[in-house]
Amino acid sequence: MTDTTDTRSHMPLGLAQRGYTGVIQHLAAKEAGSALSEVELESRLIELGFVEGARVEILHEGLVGRDPIAVRVDNITIAVRRREAMAIIVA
Amino acid sequence: MEAPLLHLALVGTPNSGKTSLFNALTGSRQKVANYPGVTVERKEGFFVTPLGRQVSVVDLPGTYSLRGRSPDEEITRDFVLGKASGEIVPDIVLCVADSTNLRLTIRLLLELKRTGRPMILVLNMFDIASRRGIDVDVERLAKELDVPVVTSIAVRKGGTADLLKLTDEISAKLAAEPQDNSWRALTVSELRATQREADRIIADCVSLPARPDTWTARIDAVVLHPVGGLIVLALILFVMFQAVFAWAQPAMELLKSGFDSLGELVHATLPDGLLQSFLQNGVISGVGSVIVFLPQIILIFLFILLLEDFGYMARAAFLMDRIMGGAGLHGRAFIPLLSSFACAIPGIMATRVIDDKRDRLTTILIAPLMTCSARIPVYTLIISAFIPAKDVWGFVNLQGLVMFGLYTTGIVSALAVSFVIKFFMIRDYAPAPFMLELPDYKLPRLKSVAIGIFTRAKMFLYRAGTTIFSMMVLIWFLASFPQPPAGATEPAIDFSLAAMIGKALAPLLAPVGFNWQIAVALIPGMAAREVAVAALGTVYAIEGGKEAAEQIGQVLATKWSLATALSMLAWYIFAPQCASTLAVIRRETGSWAWMGVTFAYMLVLAYAASLVTYNVAVALGAG
Ligand SMILES: Nc1nc2c(ncn2[C@@H]2O[C@H](COP(=O)(O)OP(=O)(O)OP(=O)(O)O)[C@@H](O)[C@H]2O)c(=O)[nH]1
Ligand SMILES: [Mg+2]
Repeated sequence: MTDTTDTRSHMPLGLAQRGYTGVIQHLAAKEAGSALSEVELESRLIELGFVEGARVEILHEGLVGRDPIAVRVDNITIAVRRREAMAIIVA
Repeated sequence: MEAPLLHLALVGTPNSGKTSLFNALTGSRQKVANYPGVTVERKEGFFVTPLGRQVSVVDLPGTYSLRGRSPDEEITRDFVLGKASGEIVPDIVLCVADSTNLRLTIRLLLELKRTGRPMILVLNMFDIASRRGIDVDVERLAKELDVPVVTSIAVRKGGTADLLKLTDEISAKLAAEPQDNSWRALTVSELRATQREADRIIADCVSLPARPDTWTARIDAVVLHPVGGLIVLALILFVMFQAVFAWAQPAMELLKSGFDSLGELVHATLPDGLLQSFLQNGVISGVGSVIVFLPQIILIFLFILLLEDFGYMARAAFLMDRIMGGAGLHGRAFIPLLSSFACAIPGIMATRVIDDKRDRLTTILIAPLMTCSARIPVYTLIISAFIPAKDVWGFVNLQGLVMFGLYTTGIVSALAVSFVIKFFMIRDYAPAPFMLELPDYKLPRLKSVAIGIFTRAKMFLYRAGTTIFSMMVLIWFLASFPQPPAGATEPAIDFSLAAMIGKALAPLLAPVGFNWQIAVALIPGMAAREVAVAALGTVYAIEGGKEAAEQIGQVLATKWSLATALSMLAWYIFAPQCASTLAVIRRETGSWAWMGVTFAYMLVLAYAASLVTYNVAVALGAG
């Protein structure tokens, strides 16, 4: 049995395509380049359920620059922009 | 001795059904809809428990934490913490959860526990959870959380019985001693820890079925398709405006002929004189000409309510986020702007969900450019008088098309204004983030839609009976006095105060093609836009004398040139013709200056737009 999380390399959710599924590895709010401070962005992501170990899937993307994205996090759907999704490292 | 009033507060993540619960408990009719961020104010209501305890319950805006990131979340935080001075701290906090989505609420609850307030976890929407096969071990959950847990179905009769019973039990043994409040803003690692803890508890107590809501997924496949979704959105808006014009016609004709016969009846039964003129010209022609538009108002509200209850609004915000971003607007601005099609006042209030101050201010400034329902009478009156009711391309009603064009012009101008504001506020930083929960679709509930429509219709009629009526009395008075000297041959109105005022203002408005009758109508139109229609009705009715029973639309068609009519339409796209909107802008921005800015920029745009429209139309031979 192969475990995909071991073989797949880590990447920011902000770069993933529609249909991508994965598990959150960690948050990297510093590198995201969001208007929010590192602490604020990380807090908000956690409050919306983006914590380590949560399953995510990109369900939909917008037209302009494939942005924003609609992400399934466990059993809710959250719309975020790719810029903020860069802080979510998945594999 | 009677027990003191028990204070409850409804706290929970957005869209979990707090307001539905509030309405169920207190019998109120506060606004409920299927998107996050509906409630932006604190509302208090009262009820009596089965055991006779008097209870005050406060509905609060939804929030994911107590950090208070935006004005609406601050209201919740301040109330829960009893921060606002002189506030009562709630005796029991009802933490309301959407049972299909417990993760975020349980995390919030763990945070709320630190405030030391007694709590009840209300597992609301339990009907949906059961239907989906979500199984919650309520007893175990209560034990793990050390908080009483109760299930509820806020939208079903008797769905709050268990909650009422539990409230009685708990209030009987409430500790007199308040517990210590150890709450402070959680650090990132504490947040993470509470979410982990919440996830662990959920894993222990809740069994989730493998299948998610397939309906939502299927609908979203179309509605959120990058291209298809935008086409659907455009179609929805187009059908909405066509419908407002086309479908309402039969009902409007009926009302119109009703008022006409009423006017004739008054004319025939009362002797000629002031009383007859007051009733026929002031009341029936004036107020009647506004009430005729009730069917259209109902239709536009019906569309918006259905979209809101279905769960479409958050999707529309998703689709429009980047497109509006190009004009410097935030995705969250979409819902307030769309509600402004009904009325700018709730639209401006709804901007409280936008946390970035500049984004919020921009949205407030442009919300009045969205075509609110009070403009419908003005537009409809002029369109039906001047635009032929023929079909173009075989199926599109030309009048509906012009209406759609007016709405579009409003939207495009709003985006343009926002773009200019963005330019002035030169952003050297990244745009504020857009993060929004997309709720599962729900079938609109007949009862809540009916209540929504009924409330709006009542409000409209109330306005017609108060603001509009009193303005009409004023207009009638100004247009009737002083009475003409005996033997005068000109129409009586030429001697009146209204004519004096109108003629004094006319030179200012002549360049845009407005006559003195329009000038008279614009002033009371400040109280409410529809008044302009009513005022024109009265002024022309009095001027017309004997043939006053004639329809105002037909009168306009003979008295105005097409250029004047088009100029008037252009004026109304922009004119800051609504005192209540200006007052709300002052309150929400906390500044007279921003109110002044809004007034000034809209007035300038209105004048410029009318000037251009009129002169172009005259040049093209429509003068
Ligand atoms: N089936 C079902 N639907 C519910 C129940 N409670 C609320 N709803 C629906 O859920 C949606 C949200 O309800 P609201 O009462 O507006 O939620 P809220 O928590 O006040 O939302 P915000 O004010 O935005 O925080 C509406 O469409 C309601 O009709 C319930 O117990 N069962
Ligand atoms: Mg609410």
